[in-house]
Amino acid sequence: MALIEYRDALNQAFAEEIERDSNVVLMGEEVAQYDGAYKVTKGLWKQFGDKRVVDTPISEAAFIGMGIGASMLGLRPVIELMFWSFCTVAYDQIVNNAAQIRYMSGGLINCPIVIRGPANGGTNVGATHSHTPENWLANIPGLKVVSAATPYDAKGLMKTAIRDNDPVMFMENTLLYGEKGEVPEEEYLIPLGKADIKKEGKDVTLIAHGRAALTALKAAELLAAEHDIDAEVIDLRSIRPLDEETILASVRKTHRAVLVDENKPFCGVSAQIAAMLQEKVFDDLDAPVLRVTSLDAPAIYSPKVEPKQLPRPQDVIAKVLSIC
Amino acid sequence: MAIYIEMPKLSDTMTEGTVVKWRKNEGDKVETGDVIAEIETDKATMEMEAFDDGILHKHLIAAGGKAPVGGKIGLLLQKGEKPPAEGAPVPESPKPKAAKEETAAPEAASRASASKATSAPAPTPAAKTGERVKASPLAKKIAKEKGVELSGLAGTGPGGRVVAKDVEGAPAGGASAGKASAATPVAAMPAGAGDQKIALSGMRRVIAERLLTSKTTIPHFYLNIEVDAGPLMKFRAEANAASETAGGPKFTVNDFVLKAVIAAAQKVPAVNASFAGDSIIQYANIQLSVAVAVEEGLVTPVIREAQKKSLREISEAVKDLATRARSKKLKPDEYAGGTITVSNLGSYGIESFSAIINPPQSLIISVGAIVKKPVVNAKDEIVAGQRMAIGLSADHRVVDGAVGAQYLAELRKLVESPYLLLL
Repeated sequence: MALIEYRDALNQAFAEEIERDSNVVLMGEEVAQYDGAYKVTKGLWKQFGDKRVVDTPISEAAFIGMGIGASMLGLRPVIELMFWSFCTVAYDQIVNNAAQIRYMSGGLINCPIVIRGPANGGTNVGATHSHTPENWLANIPGLKVVSAATPYDAKGLMKTAIRDNDPVMFMENTLLYGEKGEVPEEEYLIPLGKADIKKEGKDVTLIAHGRAALTALKAAELLAAEHDIDAEVIDLRSIRPLDEETILASVRKTHRAVLVDENKPFCGVSAQIAAMLQEKVFDDLDAPVLRVTSLDAPAIYSPKVEPKQLPRPQDVIAKVLSIC
Repeated sequence: MAIYIEMPKLSDTMTEGTVVKWRKNEGDKVETGDVIAEIETDKATMEMEAFDDGILHKHLIAAGGKAPVGGKIGLLLQKGEKPPAEGAPVPESPKPKAAKEETAAPEAASRASASKATSAPAPTPAAKTGERVKASPLAKKIAKEKGVELSGLAGTGPGGRVVAKDVEGAPAGGASAGKASAATPVAAMPAGAGDQKIALSGMRRVIAERLLTSKTTIPHFYLNIEVDAGPLMKFRAEANAASETAGGPKFTVNDFVLKAVIAAAQKVPAVNASFAGDSIIQYANIQLSVAVAVEEGLVTPVIREAQKKSLREISEAVKDLATRARSKKLKPDEYAGGTITVSNLGSYGIESFSAIINPPQSLIISVGAIVKKPVVNAKDEIVAGQRMAIGLSADHRVVDGAVGAQYLAELRKLVESPYLLLL
């Protein structure tokens, strides 16, 4: 297997899907001639030309609205947001059009769009550029929400997202674009709604998505080495649909859960999962379900303080030790 | 430095205490070791000594008021010192109304109302004992499956929470596992007009808890015999006559029964034991608990190393313990650590009964009154006899039926041939 960067894994997914299906189109700010702000679409414009890879003006509402309209007519647009934070500008298009059209048309019209881009804090770009909107979007019936932690998952999930007939919100992470991981040469797909047990364990279940899954893995490594605690790490990969069965089976086994989440705590993805756990496996819990989330405040700009805002391995370890 | 005087923990089971009386008034100088107040625990009234020097600035709990263990009851200041400005001394959640509900303690209530209205007693209990046990859902599930009573377990989880591993190691508490602990308590009918609501005293709370634990977690079984008390009555009359002539004390029937219970336990040491989860502890010494009825309930003071004591020593010990129990002068260690209990309701005219085991003991002997009744003697004649019923309640995890029977056989022999007690 080849060891490639997260951004290249995505790039491969786009190239393969563009070649496979003539309806697939990439759009977004500087995705074409400039190779993308984070070089995720590098070389694709040169390879596939103006009709398949399209630069747009800085106008999220307009180009996402255009993509939704195009998808309703049968195209499969893959639209980049330079920052997921600015989905707010196009929120009406996403929430009221993309999410509702299949329902409101009585199933006659699909909206097979993928909206993608980085959705993370921790890069010293300030409060307006550091949102993690997966929970805002997962709250809307009609939208699918995906978050990839590794190059392997990024490629496999992206290909599935492009082929899906519903709007898929794909959360990437600028801090992960340069991370390398093994990706098979041959084609593969990862189904939506299937979580991945990144590490098996028996003492406590750590549940995370996106980069927090890697934080959880690091914490699990330290817990094993320093505290003799065998943590299981579940990477959700798909937030909606949610793989409840994998989560529940793990907690039934370990009897303890700590959620690691770069969302803000209030109504975060982890809050949803915590509610589900107490509802469905209450009698299997031997400790309260705990969460490690971002600090509940706008993204901190000061570089000295900013690293403390997102969950760190030591934060996870402290929570685990309080219940193990 | 301002020092708050806190309600001390004066017994293992104490969760709150009552300030019966302040021995130092507000403004009095206090030196370390001075008795500053009398505190009533669930079992006794004890003197409370000062741990620090200073001026007793304020009684935060008035005489008659209650406070949880650790609750602030007074404020000690150094000479010339001002009381802490912020949140000036506040009694632990005072509830003047509750004093009126204390129907059982009119004296305390009147004393409280005699003192300043602002420093009303704080009878709100700490709500610790008798409250719900903190346990994880999984621990509760396992406990239900195993029939383990959670209240008897020590929680090792955060904040003392009972977690799964605490239950997994615990012994099942009942023959019909699962059913026993699943029963939910039935709520009492609410008090209506003319009904009296009597606040639980510390002692009543402890009795309620311990006996519920005993009856729901210890597999009791009961054996009963009726013995010929004639020889004992005769022996006692002779012994008392001889003792009187020699200027000695008189012995009660109970003194002889206690002596017999002790001697029988020496013959059958398996009954002098406790169930300890993964083992049974058989004790070297017989620490004999004697049930004594007191105004508020009952206490079971202990005759230490009873097997080493003569009849006279036992008689004196019982008299002393009972007297001090009734006047609440027992120290906590005097009713802790018993290994066998005797409960005698003979003086109340009860012929026979079966007592509830006093945990963590395995044996309690219930002694009834000596009753004249017709008996068939060895010659098959019906004659007037003096009979005494003796009941045995035992923890079946420790004592089996045959062992209990063996014990009662020894006891019968000793009561029916009391001269053996001297050997």
